[in-house]
Amino acid sequence: MRSTKNVALSVLLFCASVGAWEGLVRLFEVPAFILPPPSQVALALWRGFSSGLYLQHLSHTLLETMLGFIAGSALGLILGTAVAMSRPVEFFLYPYIVMFQSLPKVALAPLIVVWFGLGLTSKVINAALIAFFPLLVNTMVGLRSADEERVSLMRSLAASERQIFWMLRLPNSLPFVMAGLDVAMIFALIGAIVAEFVGAQKGLGMLIQSMNFNMDVSGQFSILLILSVVGLLLNRGVMMIRKRVLFWDPSEKERIDQERVSA
Amino acid sequence: MATEAISVQHLSKLYATRDGGVAALERISVAIDEGAFVAVVGPSGCGKSTLLKILAGLLAPSGGSASLRGTAIQGPRRDIGVVFQAPVLFPWRTVLDNVLLPIDVQGLGRDRFLPVAMDLLALVGLREFERRYPWELSGGMQQRVAITRALVHDPAMLLMDEPFGALDAMTREHMNLELQRIWMEKKKTVFFITHSIPEAVFLADRVLVMTPRPGRVVDDLVIKLPRPRPLDVMTTPEFGTYTRHIRARFNVKGGLDA
Repeated sequence: MRSTKNVALSVLLFCASVGAWEGLVRLFEVPAFILPPPSQVALALWRGFSSGLYLQHLSHTLLETMLGFIAGSALGLILGTAVAMSRPVEFFLYPYIVMFQSLPKVALAPLIVVWFGLGLTSKVINAALIAFFPLLVNTMVGLRSADEERVSLMRSLAASERQIFWMLRLPNSLPFVMAGLDVAMIFALIGAIVAEFVGAQKGLGMLIQSMNFNMDVSGQFSILLILSVVGLLLNRGVMMIRKRVLFWDPSEKERIDQERVSA
Repeated sequence: MATEAISVQHLSKLYATRDGGVAALERISVAIDEGAFVAVVGPSGCGKSTLLKILAGLLAPSGGSASLRGTAIQGPRRDIGVVFQAPVLFPWRTVLDNVLLPIDVQGLGRDRFLPVAMDLLALVGLREFERRYPWELSGGMQQRVAITRALVHDPAMLLMDEPFGALDAMTREHMNLELQRIWMEKKKTVFFITHSIPEAVFLADRVLVMTPRPGRVVDDLVIKLPRPRPLDVMTTPEFGTYTRHIRARFNVKGGLDA
């Protein structure tokens, strides 16, 4: 797909749609507080970055997201392992975990802000709570998906359960775990932004809300733009790690091969 | 008289099913000498894989006794090497690391066994592939890695469960030659399960014939063909006599489904 012609076409398409947006907004004199033209969004973006305002809030939101991602993933990994490896844990704990998951966790954010305050802690906890479940489920499935024949092989070598876990189940679960991390990364960002909406002193979510009060729609658009780029970069980061860790995974190889073909 | 590598006495295995139970093995008694190449041939469902799993310590018998080299089987043990129908390699390990898996599991020390692994890889014709990953190899090569892995910790015997069943006919013949060569060099007891009559006759000193429902050994045949056996041996009248004799066994018992 990535031929010079297609790249040029894609750039052209982008310019045309941005141009159409600009033109239509001006032509029909749409008020800026409903839909700002791209030029105003760009202006807001430039002002926000040059004043240092965006960077300050962006770094705060990123910190919340990363801490929430790490805490949530670690929790999901540990709990997932416990549920997968121990029948009692599964029996007593798993129903509650499922109940908790069926709850829209966004609805918890107000409570968490009340409990943990307007600072960093409540955002990290909210991000972690949302990020944790995909890791939990994927770790569980991954650890249990070890091929019966491979387990038989390990047993025939007189391997202990511990060795079977470290040498077989854990590496075998990595494709699942990495897929979970992929999702958890974006979930953590959502969790942080939602908690900022509820109550915060810093962060891009807080900024969106205060801009909303001031009817600064082009400012909001500029932040949405930043958020989508951040989401993309975070996702790319996880994919890069994934490619390194899962060089042996058939689905990963396919993807690498495809990229090689198209490069 | 050599010591008995494998000794099985009145061995039975029942599987519970909804309408009672099914006898996978019924009172099987076999004694196999140290260093012998024994093939077990029979249709699917005759209990030959069950027998191998019991010998490998992966399955407990319902009755009777089984011992390897004079000690009763009480679970998996370290003096056997098992080869399954699939190569069962770990894709995250290189060829060399896959071969060294038994060494890692049993804590035998990689340093000491590295030269052993390299020699064995050379023996099966995989020298220079040790840094590759399993998915970079063909099916036949992968199965050779599996055989190397079964040999690396120097087990007294090899248990092989239809190891070449998934390979195409040409590769399979080639692997039969390879296995014969490895066996003649290593002189280990081999317990080889197959549903191919020619494969059994070609490889083994002795062929046990099993029939299903219940799983029983119905014949025990000594194969007196000189070694090393070339593939041509399959066209000789003696070879034909053996295979006909075995095939007749199945026809009497109601046919061979494979």
